[in-house]
Amino acid sequence: MKYLDEYRDGGVASSIAKTIAETVTRPWVLMEVCGGQTHSIVRYGIDRMIPPEVELVHGPGCPVCVTSLEMIDKAHAIASRPGVIFTSFGDMLRVPGSRGDLLTLKSRGADVRVVYSPLDAVRIASQNPAREVVFFGIGFETTAPANAMAVYRARKEGVGNFSMLLSHVLVPPAMAAILQAPGNRVQGFLGPGHVCAIMGYREYESLAERYRVPIVITGFEPIDLLEGILMTVRQLETGRAVVENQYARAVTRDGNPAARALVLEVFEVGDRKWRGVGSIPKSGYKIRYEYRMHDAEKRFHVEEIATEESSLCISGQILRGLKKPSDCSAFGTLCTPQKPLGATMVSAEGACAAYYQYGRFLDSASLPAVTAQAPTA
Amino acid sequence: MCLGIPGELLEVRDVKGLKFGKVRFGGITRDVCLEYAADAVAGDYVVVHVGFAISKIDKDEAARSFAVLEDLGQTGELTADMAEQLLPRSGPWPGEEDP
Amino acid sequence: MKHPDPPPFSDCPIPISETEEILLGHGSGGKLTARLIESVILPALASPALEALDDQAVVSIDGTRLAFTTDSYVVTPLFFPGGDIGDLAVNGTVNDLAVGGAKPLFLSLSFILEEGLAITVLDRVLASIRRAAARAGVSIVTGDTKVVDRGKGDQMFINTAGIGSLRPGVSLSSRRVRAGDAILLSGPVGDHGMAILSTREGLDLEGQIQSDTAPLHELTAAILDACPDVHAMRDPTRGGVAATVVEIATRQRLGIEIDEGAIPVRDPVRGACEIFGLDPLLVANEGKLVAFVPQNASAGVLRAMRATPLGAEAVRIGTVTEKHPGFVVVRTLIGGERILDLPFGESLPRIC
Ligand code: SF4
Repeated sequence: MKYLDEYRDGGVASSIAKTIAETVTRPWVLMEVCGGQTHSIVRYGIDRMIPPEVELVHGPGCPVCVTSLEMIDKAHAIASRPGVIFTSFGDMLRVPGSRGDLLTLKSRGADVRVVYSPLDAVRIASQNPAREVVFFGIGFETTAPANAMAVYRARKEGVGNFSMLLSHVLVPPAMAAILQAPGNRVQGFLGPGHVCAIMGYREYESLAERYRVPIVITGFEPIDLLEGILMTVRQLETGRAVVENQYARAVTRDGNPAARALVLEVFEVGDRKWRGVGSIPKSGYKIRYEYRMHDAEKRFHVEEIATEESSLCISGQILRGLKKPSDCSAFGTLCTPQKPLGATMVSAEGACAAYYQYGRFLDSASLPAVTAQAPTA
Repeated sequence: MCLGIPGELLEVRDVKGLKFGKVRFGGITRDVCLEYAADAVAGDYVVVHVGFAISKIDKDEAARSFAVLEDLGQTGELTADMAEQLLPRSGPWPGEEDP
Repeated sequence: MKHPDPPPFSDCPIPISETEEILLGHGSGGKLTARLIESVILPALASPALEALDDQAVVSIDGTRLAFTTDSYVVTPLFFPGGDIGDLAVNGTVNDLAVGGAKPLFLSLSFILEEGLAITVLDRVLASIRRAAARAGVSIVTGDTKVVDRGKGDQMFINTAGIGSLRPGVSLSSRRVRAGDAILLSGPVGDHGMAILSTREGLDLEGQIQSDTAPLHELTAAILDACPDVHAMRDPTRGGVAATVVEIATRQRLGIEIDEGAIPVRDPVRGACEIFGLDPLLVANEGKLVAFVPQNASAGVLRAMRATPLGAEAVRIGTVTEKHPGFVVVRTLIGGERILDLPFGESLPRIC
């Protein structure tokens, strides 16, 4: 497949890895912001190809993993109602809230369906006018235009039985939170390519300037990631801290204005809880008042459901590379991949889940690095 | 996050006032909403996320930046078009010639 | 910051059974399935034949060695591109016998039908069962039909059991897999799983991907003709090739290396896996085979596989090794390495 295969070429990959090794003169800590990048790093074994001086700390992960317990409990409450068709992206179905996950609910008879696109959910709603159809609208900025379009079209076409349970998170506030945290170790970022395809990267320029940190907007294929790492290391080695764009084939400085315009027509910025971390100010989207009839929280009166995140969970510090999973008193006992408390245990690539699966074997020299590199201090 | 896959736009059409297109990914095609890539025409490559084209691949930029990678070393004559024919195949295993 | 002690992983308490009720994931072929079998079923019914956890049992009656197997078929939708529940129910059981080195002979067939099912649907399924049985050269010799109340079954469930005669001299079992064995795969992976997924979840790819459901008995016969000493064969169904190799690595305490670049994937399956974020190694097949073959016989076996229609695209995908016992390590397309692990339940399309 064009624009995929050439970015998975072993020869190019090893020559970039070699160049990284030649460039680096001392240890650096980089964070890839986006869970999709983490996935590629693990999937292709990139963490094993780069020199040990470059430590990759996995970032806040993906919107699926950071969706708060509270939102999943709300989803549970709505999907349990008779007559509701609850639709969602596939990966959200397995994430447990405090009352279990949506797949389990489905096996008990709830009508829970996987859709590939939010517009598919609107179509299901117009085909089933007697049922309430709810879509679980999660995502980073990348997914917001698709979710916004679903709400916008539902209103425009008068699909009154469609509503959205919205749990959007925004990347820059999370990056700022990581950078502001006392003891922050992250020295450079691989910026989220597809988020920037929508948002552009002006916001990241002010982050780079304010915190004196290099940010390289990076794609998702292995060669993109290796090149992004190389560009970040080059900046660090030469003392620069600016935004660079590795993923120029898909990202421009201005992003996608048409997409942003529709997002802001339907959504507005608000505070948002992150799983295991708690509330981060202005780090998410909410549905605007004008579109409230399509806001599932209002429609099903689940706004009052409040679930506290576990006080034991230290995934916020783990995300920042300050602590290890083994420092957590819940690790392996109260918190397991089947009953995860924080995002880092929900995601298979999260640091806690990787430690749980492979921790016992970390010292075996014959094994490749496990899925998540352990933050060391 | 954000699985976004490049595909080739084959045709553009209008569905209830929304711009849609047929996009080819490897051996399959799928309908994709083009509202956010309004200037894309057949033959363009678009990055698709949850059924929406979120950006159009800048072919010149892709060629230019790939040339930079080529300069890094051993990429030789590999080009984006050639990669279409690249099948993930590895050589014979050690100690054995391929039958 | 300092972390003086190594993390206490060795005494990390892993609960034996984390759930009190059966979840869909327990049937997915992933980790939950393995755990259900090992922590609930085997302890209750322990017997040496069961514990081998091969796809079939070998039993002896008055000196005649027979292979014996059973499987139930639950699939939504009943009809999918490239096949239906009927040929699946025949081919699946035929394949479980064939990969044990047996010539499939007799099948039993039980239906559990939901009240209200159209007879025409049953007719269609029966016709395809007849065709599949003829193709595989098996006779359906006994059967049963039960009807459950509306809402208590998903239209139709089928159980088949099968008996086959074992070739003299062959002994196939995952217990015989040894370090040094070559791992051969009969053809492109992921067709069945993607055909089902793309139809079931309304993912709008109808008809572009066909299931690969097919009987493997001719292919396995060709392999055994070429090398009677093949150590083990499996058909990588639920959980895909990954489930097969991970299970053997874990249970036999062997290391396995897989070359990702060698795994054949058809273009449509590849495209669908990319857009839904799935790994073809984890997607189900219904007409493929993985063979563990002594190193020095692997070239000959590959040649024999390629001479059959179902094995025309056969390749060597990996090696069994003494290194990293219990783990499957994948050499990735770009020359990196990763541990191949099974998901807890079934693979779902992802956005991240
Ligand atoms: S082990 Fe669980 S509770 Fe502890 S930090 Fe990790 S996710 Fe949070």
